Amino acid sequence: MSHHTSIERMLELLLKMARIRTFEETIERLNREGRIPGFLHTSIGQEASAVGTCEALTEGDYVTSTHRGHGHCLAKGADLRATMCELYGKAGGQNGGRGGSMHVSDFGVNMLGANAIVGAGLGIAVGAALSSKFRESGNIAVAFFGEGASSNGAFHENLNLASSMGVPVLFVCENNGYAHEAPVQKMLNVPNVADFHTGYGIPGEIVDGNDVLAVLDVMTEVTDVVRSTGRPALVEAKTYRHRGHHGGDSGRHYRPAEEIEAWLAKDPILRLSRRLAEAGVDQGTIDGVLADAQAEIDDAVEFAEAAPLPDPESALLEVYAGDSGE
Amino acid sequence: MIPVSRETTFLEATLEAVREEMARDDRVFAIGEDSGVRGGSFPIFKGIAQEFGDHRLIGTPICEGATTNTALGAAMTGMRPIVGLHFADFMLRAMDEIGDQVARARYTFGGQCDVPMVIRAYDGVVNSAATQHSGAYEAIFAHFPGLKVVMPSTPADAKGLLKTAIRDDNPVIFLEHKRLLRTRGPVPDGEHLTPFGQAAVRRSGADVSIVGYGIMMAQALAAAERLATDGIDAEVIDLRTLVPLDEETVLASVARTGRLVVTHESWRRSGFGAEVAAIVAEKGFADLRAPIMRVAGEDVPVPFSPVLEQRVIPNAEGIVAAAHSACAHG
Repeated sequence: MSHHTSIERMLELLLKMARIRTFEETIERLNREGRIPGFLHTSIGQEASAVGTCEALTEGDYVTSTHRGHGHCLAKGADLRATMCELYGKAGGQNGGRGGSMHVSDFGVNMLGANAIVGAGLGIAVGAALSSKFRESGNIAVAFFGEGASSNGAFHENLNLASSMGVPVLFVCENNGYAHEAPVQKMLNVPNVADFHTGYGIPGEIVDGNDVLAVLDVMTEVTDVVRSTGRPALVEAKTYRHRGHHGGDSGRHYRPAEEIEAWLAKDPILRLSRRLAEAGVDQGTIDGVLADAQAEIDDAVEFAEAAPLPDPESALLEVYAGDSGE
Repeated sequence: MIPVSRETTFLEATLEAVREEMARDDRVFAIGEDSGVRGGSFPIFKGIAQEFGDHRLIGTPICEGATTNTALGAAMTGMRPIVGLHFADFMLRAMDEIGDQVARARYTFGGQCDVPMVIRAYDGVVNSAATQHSGAYEAIFAHFPGLKVVMPSTPADAKGLLKTAIRDDNPVIFLEHKRLLRTRGPVPDGEHLTPFGQAAVRRSGADVSIVGYGIMMAQALAAAERLATDGIDAEVIDLRTLVPLDEETVLASVARTGRLVVTHESWRRSGFGAEVAAIVAEKGFADLRAPIMRVAGEDVPVPFSPVLEQRVIPNAEGIVAAAHSACAHG
């Protein structure tokens, strides 16, 4: 298992998770202060599955994501300044300010976008995988989705379609226990989303989604299988969101305090920091990584604050190809 | 006149378009349910797998939504899919995918990707297909920014417009009326592309403009013949593409005739005829000498029994009556 992960790599993973955590804590504050418009769904507490999964991918592999997509976008290598600009609704955002938090994307690193319709990213990933198969590019596609999406027809249709076509797509369910306020136990009458794998004739795995090293191990193995067989797989990462569904939801009125406390103790950043300490890394080094993440985010905020707003007339462009206004 | 070498059916003309574009560009592929050996109930992809290989014609399970988003994902990453969704009524199973995803992917992501895909379906009333197999939904699709909407009425246009659709870098909704599929007509030899946004004047006339598309063109031309015997000289305009819309040809015609009858087989209420009427009212009001008339499907689901079915769809008589009514003014 993960005993072979080098300290250097672990520090890298820590930086990647801390980058997402700091990004989301910062945009939460900026949203409250009115600097960032719209509503935010943060993945605070779920960083390990985004980072552990994307760490197993190549740059050419594709990712689609959900309304809770900042982490996936940054983990895939999206430009930090441009992503922050997108959150601000600035011209320099990847989407030119058309998408914001729920549609963060970076096609330059094959991050095909967060999607605000539950379950919609699965099909797009199946299509990207089909495209890779056509072009024999060797790339695979990953669809991140929540356990709430497993109640949706899109989940079942796409698992079946991907399996019937035989395309290299990895379905990654981040089961954070709640579809908005609805507890998974009441919405799903099987213990695990991964159990659906048998119905579609594809491999299924369950992983501790708060242990980045475990996620990386499983994803390394599963992406190898997907890539070499050219067929889909399903992995369920058990995790928890520290916050509510979105910025206006504390997440405390429908989740027991003991449950929240228990999961806070399993915070993926805390856990990796502890692992590093056990491996002999001193606290100063760990704090240095966290400070590096903070510095990157501070830079992105400073950049986005100063960046120009889009020309209002640009709202009328890019509806169709050729509408670029150039 | 266009040089004509042969006649084909509407369906054969679309097949020629698919075959030519697949031979021309290896990024083009077809995907849809029931796309096997026969190439579908209405065999819109007949022989494609045999000619180009199974991988160029992907037969899917019955999952219109997943198929549509899969095509979108492929289009966003460099392929050029043609999706066959069969009956237009089944497109409603893919409305999130068409409306929320396909139509706005390019815009949402700020132009980071093209979405070169065609979604084909056959629509309209035929042979007692009843309430769930007779629908035509062009007005819904025309409402969504980001989609182009094509409604050919002849084999030549079916081929030329489909080739243009396949080469377009935008999502194109390509709607083929079921009663048109087996109609025959001349198709030009060689490379034949019909541009979008250019209406065709099927008959010139001075007294009234009859504007429509698709299946209603035959009815409009029949109506014009009858009107001629009544001393009314009707102009018949085939829009061919609803998005983009050739407003100029319509406005120029109304400027000459002063009278407008708009016709489509689909429902009248909030139908595409309302859009044409509104454009003419906004931009050509001074030219109008009579109220704009709409000849369209009754606002009821399409019933099964042939006598009931015939009662709810528009026909040449309706167009004649509307034109007479318009011509009774000024």
